[in-house]
Amino acid sequence: MTIAVPAGRGSSLWARLRPRSEPKPYAHPYLAGALLGLVLFAAFFLTGNGLGASGGLNRMIVYLEDLIVPEHVDRTPYLIHLAGGDRNPLDDWVVFVAVGAVLGGFVSGWRNGRLKVETGKGPRLSTRTRWLTAFAGGAIMGFGARFARGCTSGQALSGGATLSAGSWALMFAIFASAYALAYFVRRLWL
Amino acid sequence: MAPFPLALDALLTHPGANLLYLLIGFAFGYVLEIAGFGYAPKLAAQFYLKDLTVLKVMFSAIVVAMVLLFAATGLGLLDYNLVWVNPTYLWPGIVGGLIMGIGFIVGGLCPGTSLVALGTFKIDGLFYVLGALFGMLVFGETVDSFSIFWNSSYLGRLTLADVFGLDLGVVVVLVVLMALGMFAGAEVLERIFGKRDLRLEPKARFLGAGALLAGALVVLAIGQPTTEDRWAAIAPAKNAALAERQVQVQPGEVLHLMHQHELSLVLLDVRSESDYNLFHLMDAEGVDPRDLAARLPELRMAPANTVIVVMSNDEALATEAWKTMVAESVVNVYILEGGINGWLDTFAVGDERIRPAAAAGEDTLRYAFASALGEGYPASYPDPQRFAIPFEERVKLQLRRGPAGKGCG
Repeated sequence: MTIAVPAGRGSSLWARLRPRSEPKPYAHPYLAGALLGLVLFAAFFLTGNGLGASGGLNRMIVYLEDLIVPEHVDRTPYLIHLAGGDRNPLDDWVVFVAVGAVLGGFVSGWRNGRLKVETGKGPRLSTRTRWLTAFAGGAIMGFGARFARGCTSGQALSGGATLSAGSWALMFAIFASAYALAYFVRRLWL
Repeated sequence: MAPFPLALDALLTHPGANLLYLLIGFAFGYVLEIAGFGYAPKLAAQFYLKDLTVLKVMFSAIVVAMVLLFAATGLGLLDYNLVWVNPTYLWPGIVGGLIMGIGFIVGGLCPGTSLVALGTFKIDGLFYVLGALFGMLVFGETVDSFSIFWNSSYLGRLTLADVFGLDLGVVVVLVVLMALGMFAGAEVLERIFGKRDLRLEPKARFLGAGALLAGALVVLAIGQPTTEDRWAAIAPAKNAALAERQVQVQPGEVLHLMHQHELSLVLLDVRSESDYNLFHLMDAEGVDPRDLAARLPELRMAPANTVIVVMSNDEALATEAWKTMVAESVVNVYILEGGINGWLDTFAVGDERIRPAAAAGEDTLRYAFASALGEGYPASYPDPQRFAIPFEERVKLQLRRGPAGKGCG
């Protein structure tokens, strides 16, 4: 039996590790969803914690703040519990999950030929404007995620699977508000 | 006792546990990328009904994880008590969710997917992550000015099963049915708005749907362990510990613990309110055994240096409460040896206002009091200089498994 090797790809280790030239199609949504469900379950089963992203980013920015203005961190009640005194905000599970997510995304992009320096945007938007809306959207999301004590990963996904009532309410709030606004910002995406 | 979640720090050391979290994050990012979640236009298409990948991926992940999770807890492999369930802060959560929805449609990504966009060199992903860091900085700097609202409508560990008064298994089945309905609706929308030919979709998805529903029905059939089931699973070992008196702490040790300030001592008095009002230990909380269940989540999440001592007049009632707490995954719980009667035998000597009296029955007071002073008697907080009595050390601090009660914080 012969194994088909795509044209231009040798069998050496480097050839197998080398980035693909043409991107592979994405996985079927239900398959990807089931795999994500397995990862989420494994996280809960082994550690008791689910998944998270915004918590890790939050701890990174608080770490920077603590480097620059430690006295201010030690006087702000919300920041004290993350980085007060000799507490290291980066010594937390969610930081490692967030860093791992960047690495996992990178390796998958690499293996599937989707590593590309580009800007994902709607067809009618200039690249510069897209950078601005990405920053603005990120800022609003970052503020909201901390307000809700978790984002789509730490709340909607993880709290959804463990049947947390608050997480379900929050998940519907995210979708409701995004759908309500979609028409008005259609120029960004259509 | 359910073997999972694992005691990670003890098993892998702290850096090892962090490495495991890194691997979990790696798998998370990898799967998000193969779903196409690193590319903002793909995510935003969800909100124009052309491509409902976001909904399909998210809800299939939620239901697959949910069915596996409650099958594992039902089979006694996983302890649901030790699984982090996001506490409900209803209104802050809803307001935060509404704000997040705006960020989602404007930015086209969410924090998790922006990390993947960043990992695959998307420049908008980089700007989004920088924006998110900025938004979080603003939040951290302003939250103390609206902390009253931010901490309002706190309902603790509240599940959908509690809200609707339904069995967990029933909720699992209903959530799966709801998700399948949403998938069917999503496919109809994609056909209309996205002009997708559904005949090209793999037939295997019906098999998957069937497997999921079957799994949910299995979860319903297995059921979830009750406190009695949980006790039955650990009874042989724990009954031996009770018989060998490993978990009964002597009055001298409790007095010692009262002055150990590196420990956080929780004294739970499960006697009747009238007995409690007559006399109790300094800072002891009166808890009706019927209300104990409501206190469990908080006791479970107590800091690692917490020692809980439960007491009744003798030991019978305290032992029952101890069994409930131990079965429900509370660690570092002990029983006051000899109960309040034994305490008074030791520490009430010479106090004219506390006199021995005949006990009215099992686990009742053997002392009569001149007046109901509660913790006003010297014996409530004995002078450690005066009562330097020897004791056998029984308290051995044990680390709780599972999350340390911070979640995605």
